[in-house]
Amino acid sequence: MKLHLRIWRQKDGSTPGHFGEYDLDDVRDDMSFLEMLDVLNEQLIDGGEEPVAFDSDCREGVCGMCSLVINGKAHGPLAGTTTCQLYMRHFNDGDVVTIEPWRSAAFPVLRDLIVDRSAFDRIMQAGGYVTLHSGPKPEPNSIPIEPEVSEQALDAATCIGCGACVAACPNGSAMLYTAAKVSHLGLLPQGQPERYGRVKKMVDQMDQEGFGSCRNYAECEAQCPKEISINFISQMNRDYLKATLREPVDRRSKMSSQ
Amino acid sequence: MDFNAKIPDGPIEDKWTGHLESIRLVGPRNRPKYKIIVVGSGLSGGAAAASLAAMGYKVNCFCFQDSPRRAHSIAAQGGINAAKNYRNDGDSVFRLFMDTQKGGDYRAREANVYRLAECSTGIIDQAVAQGVPFAREYGGMLANRSFGGVLVQRTFYCRGETGQQLLLGANSSLAEQIRNGGVKMHTRSEMMDLVVVDGRTRGIVYRDLVTGEVRSESADAVVLATGGYCNVYFLSTNAKGCNVTAIWRAYKRGAAMANPNFVQIHPTCIPASGDHQAKLTLMSESLRNDGRIWVPKNQDDQRKPSEIPEQDRYYYLEERYPRFGNLVPRDVAARNAKDVCDSGMGVGPTGYGVYLDFRDAIHEQGEKVVNAKYANLFEMYERITSDDPRHTPMRIYPAPHYTMGGLWVDYNLMTTIPGLFAVGEANFSDHGANRLGASSLMQCLADGYFVLPATIGDYLSRHPSAEMSADDQHFKAVENEVRDRLSKLMAIKGNRSASSLHRQLGKLMIDHCGISRNQQGLEEALRKIPQMKKEFGSQLSVPGSDDQVNQALEHAGRLSDFYDFAELMCRDALHRDESCGCHFREEHQTAEGEALRNDEKFANVSAWQYRGEDNEAELYQEPLEFEAAPLAQRNYKT
Repeated sequence: MKLHLRIWRQKDGSTPGHFGEYDLDDVRDDMSFLEMLDVLNEQLIDGGEEPVAFDSDCREGVCGMCSLVINGKAHGPLAGTTTCQLYMRHFNDGDVVTIEPWRSAAFPVLRDLIVDRSAFDRIMQAGGYVTLHSGPKPEPNSIPIEPEVSEQALDAATCIGCGACVAACPNGSAMLYTAAKVSHLGLLPQGQPERYGRVKKMVDQMDQEGFGSCRNYAECEAQCPKEISINFISQMNRDYLKATLREPVDRRSKMSSQ
Repeated sequence: MDFNAKIPDGPIEDKWTGHLESIRLVGPRNRPKYKIIVVGSGLSGGAAAASLAAMGYKVNCFCFQDSPRRAHSIAAQGGINAAKNYRNDGDSVFRLFMDTQKGGDYRAREANVYRLAECSTGIIDQAVAQGVPFAREYGGMLANRSFGGVLVQRTFYCRGETGQQLLLGANSSLAEQIRNGGVKMHTRSEMMDLVVVDGRTRGIVYRDLVTGEVRSESADAVVLATGGYCNVYFLSTNAKGCNVTAIWRAYKRGAAMANPNFVQIHPTCIPASGDHQAKLTLMSESLRNDGRIWVPKNQDDQRKPSEIPEQDRYYYLEERYPRFGNLVPRDVAARNAKDVCDSGMGVGPTGYGVYLDFRDAIHEQGEKVVNAKYANLFEMYERITSDDPRHTPMRIYPAPHYTMGGLWVDYNLMTTIPGLFAVGEANFSDHGANRLGASSLMQCLADGYFVLPATIGDYLSRHPSAEMSADDQHFKAVENEVRDRLSKLMAIKGNRSASSLHRQLGKLMIDHCGISRNQQGLEEALRKIPQMKKEFGSQLSVPGSDDQVNQALEHAGRLSDFYDFAELMCRDALHRDESCGCHFREEHQTAEGEALRNDEKFANVSAWQYRGEDNEAELYQEPLEFEAAPLAQRNYKT
């Protein structure tokens, strides 16, 4: 098939961008979307033109490196699918395909379709962990976990941190991402000691990063390639409310002075 | 050069504990004075960086991705082994050690392998404490599944995304240490070279992939956790960014490279569909638990696979290996797939594919049960091929997947350059000539959580801290070499992309140094690689500039190292004039077509030492001793 591509080109974060227009012939059904872009890039490079910069790595839908807003949808038209797992059989001959980076103030463009998602890492660093050292730990079967609970935690932990939820949200909110991370540990017994401190710190960090607020559009769930449920947002809100009603749990500074 | 493996004395089961009790330590007040660089943020690197920082060391961690969570460990699907014996089926540390040695076809160091098996149980404890949601049974106990090549059920898993969950565990500990200031994380930063002064490792030179700047970081020790080099084949199951550059640069600075030809070809991947293909996708080996592998008996059978009756199907693994059937080790499964396809029985548009069929499993266990185990793998397959494996068999074919070879390390995981350590897939140490399924995650985490944090102190304690800063002239000199290399790539100004040149090298390597090898093919590859490198030097096109994001330049730099590395791989494969594990030399096989080892000549590790651009690498052979697990011919038939 033949496609007409409109691709966002931007030299770097401080230079204004524009749409580049490209015609691509011989696109095959069994190419992935990124392989289609590889083919375009090879043609550009062979002709001495600068290729389109885009992020990708595992190309199996799990590393979360690939992104792209395709015809207005994060990761393209197919539900529950990352861009790297989107195949060209879902497009038709003659289609005009518009390709943009994630658009969010908290994800500044670095070049073309590449954005800086380090805000997500800082949310994790704010509290997305169980404090521990490496070394001997209790026998895991001494703390039985209902399979239902473990599976639910895994439903949250399956988030690949790609940022589609932010790109999909009219407000650019990162609630689904943060909720998935908070709920994963909040559901498990290992996450309990730091549960309320964690949610407070992660939500505060999220706010500091400049993400928008959640207005229940639910576009995040609709466009999440891992189909993470917005129920986790309610769960996080419950935990956050409890956290604000409790005495501060972080006694670290007091403990170390004892 | 020092090739002493430094294996502790004593019976095998006491070596590691005895070693821990006798090695030197760095006290808690001194640890913050030592700087350690960890290159790579996957399971081994992420775990090492987090563990070292938690002990108090100052860590700088580097990754080329935009977040440490994206390292390729994340893509491991099936599971992680641990000798917990939860299933009461006779498992033990010794049995896991034996299985690993046997799977590796007796080309690994006993002491390292035993230590790996010993550490395995602690990894599960550590991961559960971090909040890794392993599969559980109804009573809340941890669940297990079986995996290829063994007769016990010792594999722990999180659906089909065990690697992601374990990496998120390690990554959460890393996040904690970044927050606490113990780790400084450098994302989108690629190691370009190693700085060695007076025979000791002093730091690295790296490129900021956003601004293009070439910079240095100094350290008292450097840990390479940079994964494997399967992308030398262009098409592999590795992520697009996986490359050999970090360990190759270390090699050129004096670190020996061990067994570079040992590459595991994974038997269950989705076959390539055309020239545009950018990578191959693995389907977890766990599918072989319930899927049956077959090809039509009649080469010209035009019927849909679901319509081919039982008597016209050739279940070649079940017939050839009645005891293990579809669960034979990876190399045996891969070679047999190639064998049936080479003889014209393959399926699919290219003729290089075999069926993996779930019909009988669904019939016996019900679709619900089979779905619960493999739903996400079935979906992944359907997304790529538009076939539903619940109704029509999957098509699979082997693909390069994991590299057992890597930097030579001693028992302390230190390379031949003092102060340079290698962990995880980047080293050669634990898997011999072939790795058992569900053992890579185990080795990465054993190295990262338990082994390196203990052994690195022994080196550091012998040297004063923070001796050299990155402003030193030695760093500036290496920075200039790196800039020079980059400008040379930019200046070629040919008309071919790195991808098209890389594909050409990959094809040569898979044909001559892939599933099976022979002298003639390897010699041909050794003739052709220098020619290809020459073409690269005159035809490469890298548009744009080097002071910005330039992915074409990144690819070109990595490919340039792959050419040199490919030569060493072929040389190593040619030198190892025997078959063992993954390394199948057609000249050496049993009457049944199995790998035939030559223990008299090759019960050793081939470690190659760089001797300058104009000289051939020098070979050192580290003899392997087999005391706890005496040498035996692998036999998966009876």
